[in-house]
Amino acid sequence: MSAVHVSTKINGDDVEFVCRPDESLLDVLRDRLGMTGSKEGCGTGDCGSCSVTLDGRLVCSCLVMGAEVGGHEIGTIEGMAQGDKLHPLQQKFLEGAALQCGICTPGFLIAARALLERNMDPTETEVRYWLAGNLCRCTGYDKIVRAVMDTAKDMRKAAAKSSAKKPAAKKSPAKKTAKKGARHAA
Amino acid sequence: MPLDANTPDLRTEFKSVGTRPNRPDGVDKVTGRARFGADFSAPGQLVGLVLRSPHAHARIKSIDTSAAEALPGVKAVITYKDIPEQEGCDKDVLVNIMARGTALYDGHAVAAVAATDAAVARKALKLIKVDYKVLKHVTDVDEAMKPSAPVLHPGRFEPVDYNSLETASHVSGKQETKTKTREGSNIAGRYVFGHGDVDKGFKQADIIVEHEFKTEATHQGYIEPHACVASVSSDGMAELWVCTQGPFMVRDVCASLLGMDVSRLRVTPSEIGGGFGGKTTVFIEPVALALSRKAGKPVKVVMSRSEVFRCTGPTSSASMWVKIGAKKDGTFVAADAVLKYQGGAFPGSPVEMGAMCAFACYDLRNVRIVGYDVVTNRPKQAAYRAPGAPMSAFAVEGVIGEIADKLGIDAIDIRLKNAAKEGTVSSYGPTFGPVGLVETLEAAKAHKNYKVKLGKNQGRGVASGFWFNFAGNTCVSINLNVDGTLALALGTVDIGGSRASMCLMAAEELGIAYDDVRAIIADTSSLGYNDISEGSRVTFSSGLATIKAVRDLKKRMCGRAAKIWGIPEDAVKWENGAAHPAGANAGGFDPLSIKEIAAQASATGGPLAGHYEINAEGAGPSFATHVCDVEVDPETGAMKVLRYLVVQDAGKAIHPSYVEGQYQGGAVQGIGWVLNEEYFYGKDGTLQNAGFLDYRIPVCSDVPMIDTVIVEVPNPGHPYGVRGVGETSIVPPLACVANAVSSAIGVRARTLPMSPPKVLAAIEGVAASKA
Repeated sequence: MSAVHVSTKINGDDVEFVCRPDESLLDVLRDRLGMTGSKEGCGTGDCGSCSVTLDGRLVCSCLVMGAEVGGHEIGTIEGMAQGDKLHPLQQKFLEGAALQCGICTPGFLIAARALLERNMDPTETEVRYWLAGNLCRCTGYDKIVRAVMDTAKDMRKAAAKSSAKKPAAKKSPAKKTAKKGARHAA
Repeated sequence: MPLDANTPDLRTEFKSVGTRPNRPDGVDKVTGRARFGADFSAPGQLVGLVLRSPHAHARIKSIDTSAAEALPGVKAVITYKDIPEQEGCDKDVLVNIMARGTALYDGHAVAAVAATDAAVARKALKLIKVDYKVLKHVTDVDEAMKPSAPVLHPGRFEPVDYNSLETASHVSGKQETKTKTREGSNIAGRYVFGHGDVDKGFKQADIIVEHEFKTEATHQGYIEPHACVASVSSDGMAELWVCTQGPFMVRDVCASLLGMDVSRLRVTPSEIGGGFGGKTTVFIEPVALALSRKAGKPVKVVMSRSEVFRCTGPTSSASMWVKIGAKKDGTFVAADAVLKYQGGAFPGSPVEMGAMCAFACYDLRNVRIVGYDVVTNRPKQAAYRAPGAPMSAFAVEGVIGEIADKLGIDAIDIRLKNAAKEGTVSSYGPTFGPVGLVETLEAAKAHKNYKVKLGKNQGRGVASGFWFNFAGNTCVSINLNVDGTLALALGTVDIGGSRASMCLMAAEELGIAYDDVRAIIADTSSLGYNDISEGSRVTFSSGLATIKAVRDLKKRMCGRAAKIWGIPEDAVKWENGAAHPAGANAGGFDPLSIKEIAAQASATGGPLAGHYEINAEGAGPSFATHVCDVEVDPETGAMKVLRYLVVQDAGKAIHPSYVEGQYQGGAVQGIGWVLNEEYFYGKDGTLQNAGFLDYRIPVCSDVPMIDTVIVEVPNPGHPYGVRGVGETSIVPPLACVANAVSSAIGVRARTLPMSPPKVLAAIEGVAASKA
């Protein structure tokens, strides 16, 4: 098997790598690019620890081939904080003790961000079903669900505040944020 | 304040302890920077993979590794021959890490390779030729005890007269014609606990309930597979980076298996992605070291999820019989139990602890428990959160639930009537000191969840649980930095936020800010021996040692202040982060803060540090009471947990958020055990569900919020009253959910898991009997 050359974008940066055709995106991230924030809990798409976004879509990076991400945009846990400023979800997970061992945490954060980008006002049931593809064995999910709900609440408040400041805005703040992505909404 | 007393003075007023600051390792864990087992790499490392037996039981006639060795890129191939038996090593662990002559379970390691990359290593595994002679196997605990079962370790365990076993007369009732075999048996141990006269006790009973129960093996299910990087140099110096609950254990066991001096091996624990007891032993670590030794290069070994299921420790499956007699008013007069746990292919199932815990919640005059440790063709069981206790509690609390129902007594009231309290002689021997079971029962009864009205097909269950909590060898150092901040070196791996708890206790003891203390987990060459992070011992033991190490440091700092002031050391006291003259007679000096003392350390005698080491005792048992509401769909047998309440005694909650987290996490693991999780073996003895798709642990949408109440009955064995909290939370859920189902549909589930088809069959059975 000869190696494949791939040009892609990860967390907004241009990245080039070579990989064998049988390597998953997770293998590439971890073993070729040294981005070990995405974790392998199963390698079969059952645990969600390797969650990343591919062109904004939530995927298990263990189920995507490294060779097929050329020209696409990948978002990983390493790109979630902006400089030294944590994403609101990261901050809330920290403050709410929504992690114990922390191995599933990157996957949960990526998945939760993808949810809040689509729906800033999820019900508890919506949060629970959205996160059902991410396994956590330590927390019993209670504090994770609370952290996601609390973040959504804060983000709605922040959006309402910024829309009050800018009465000229035509679109509703919720829609605007959802379109732009929660990544930039704090 | 005594600066160093063997009897801890119990503190009850706190500034830092009981608050909920962010954990020191938190930012790294939410940004992906934290390094877990598989995140380590060494320059020039090879990839190691293990070849595993596809058979449940087979004689290994020959292993031909020549083709694998000849493959370009392969740097080492090893079999048991490369790990010769060392004098004094643990033979069972040696055989478990690499089969020697016989493969004892599906997944048993047979050989291993190290190659330049994973593709080459995978190819090499396929080139290893193993000639097996498949043998008869047994995976069920009851079957394994019978004389007709294949014997796993011929000649090792005494032949037993099957018909004389408690299990034969109590449980199966069947007499076997063949009662002994020449090769011995699969019964590795028999344990008996209790006191009083059980037969006499039952004669006083107005009601007697007895049943058989079965639970399947469940896996700890940590999301991080086992991983390590081993590097052995040609001079015998070795490094091992590994995710483990016990780096000192890994060092000592690996050194013993490989014939190394302990000083040659330095083990650095990574962040650990869950353990729950499953990372308290070695599997791939000695194999990686042996590969590295042979290849002369670092070797990284990471298990696949399938390997984790097939060959690391699930807990035991169990077959049990429980009988309890009570008076009409609910007073228990006698209790009797036979527990049979299979621990996989080697002795060591947690039946002894299961037997000790079975009736520990109750004050019983007449009690007897017999436990059997049985070997089968399954992976060697490993500790799983309160090892052995959830199964026996499932049986005992189920019988108690039935007695309460039959007598028309409230489920909490019947437990209150019989609850163990201070002065109770426990069913396993010791007399309890101050314990909090009654407080948990009262708090559960007062909780709003207990008053919610239930609808159609809904039911409520109650169960209590007990765990001993361990203490053990612990060693801590604290170093004062030049600016008055502190570095705290711990030897107990942080599984769920313990660094935060240690910083809180150090800050409390010193009277300084939480952020001024940084806690790290030391490697094995930097600190004295520490026992494994297990047995709910860390916050108790390392907390105790941290407090004592800080007291040692305070004494030294007071000595420096005395030197500066020119007064005797005992004329100085420590208060609110500073040294003060102890009284008016000591002199009118301004206090010296920790920062000022740190700045002058060099001029007053050199660096300042505190240290403490102890084989700790005085761990306080933790009791819990759980209340659960479920709704059962009569059409499908599917079940939904509507509400779940955990009430548990923490002694003193150092960081309440992480105490709640332990309660919630244990409860949900227990819910998984009762509803979904099981090891499913095929007729050929191979595991059929070695993946998260088919071995289904609870997901977010399976469970509700888990309500918690922290009860605090201080443990007199700890300066702040701490009890361990990590394990008790998994003890009650099995029975709690089963009791709730019984209340919902009138069927008592005595076999786990209670999957929808089983529940549906039970519902239909009840309907048929009524028709």
